[in-house]
Amino acid sequence: MGNPMKIRAAAKDGITEVKVLMSHEMETGLRKDASGNTIPAWFIAEISAKLNGKQVMTAQWGPSISKNPFLSFKIKGGKAGDKVAVTWVDNKGDTRTDEASVT
Amino acid sequence: MTSQPLNRRGFLTRVAALGLTTALGTTLAPHLARAEWNKAAFDGKSTADAMKALGASGTADSADVQILASDIAENGAVVPVQAVSKVPGTTRIAILVDKNPSTLAALFDVGPDMVADVTTRIKMGQTSNVTVLVEAGGKYFTATKEIKVTLGGCGG
Repeated sequence: MGNPMKIRAAAKDGITEVKVLMSHEMETGLRKDASGNTIPAWFIAEISAKLNGKQVMTAQWGPSISKNPFLSFKIKGGKAGDKVAVTWVDNKGDTRTDEASVT
Repeated sequence: MTSQPLNRRGFLTRVAALGLTTALGTTLAPHLARAEWNKAAFDGKSTADAMKALGASGTADSADVQILASDIAENGAVVPVQAVSKVPGTTRIAILVDKNPSTLAALFDVGPDMVADVTTRIKMGQTSNVTVLVEAGGKYFTATKEIKVTLGGCGG
């Protein structure tokens, strides 16, 4: 399941800016551990966001995204009190969804 | 795994663990397959490879595509990059790092409810050109910027 995401969403002039900080190792699959064994790739492959239950953003990621990924994006519309939900799925099939209110 | 001879308990634990991984593998694999993660594009080893896998041809540099990042990244493990497209009707934004083992870092689908302006942090193994590729109405536009890395981000 991974640790909770930190989500901040702020509406200003009809645009809602969403900032998300995820907790994930984002292993590239290229690093080796102390005994020389390759550490298998483990990264967030897909991420999506909903505003009040309506899908507004989807993206695919590769292992080149930094550890504990940060993402910021902007949605047209949205107002204080609206719900923003962010979901990620990693390449092992693990998934997590967190929700925040727009301020 | 240890190399000591198997006793009954150790053997059973391993069989159970194996069974669990197999079960997880079969139930979870279709989940990823359904979402159509673009493996070919993410496997691309250079900007040209990845662009080809994304179906991007006839790309042109455009002033309407912006890549905002610092010229020098002190830590290659965390390089903030902002990609902005002012091209009307932008449907996709991709961030590509030419010299990374996996060139394509991120591929955003820009829906009608989204502003074509995304920021994320990428890993860079070494100094490289970073390209933002924008698809709008079947045409492809790019902006490229060289980011110098003083400390590598991939297992260094």
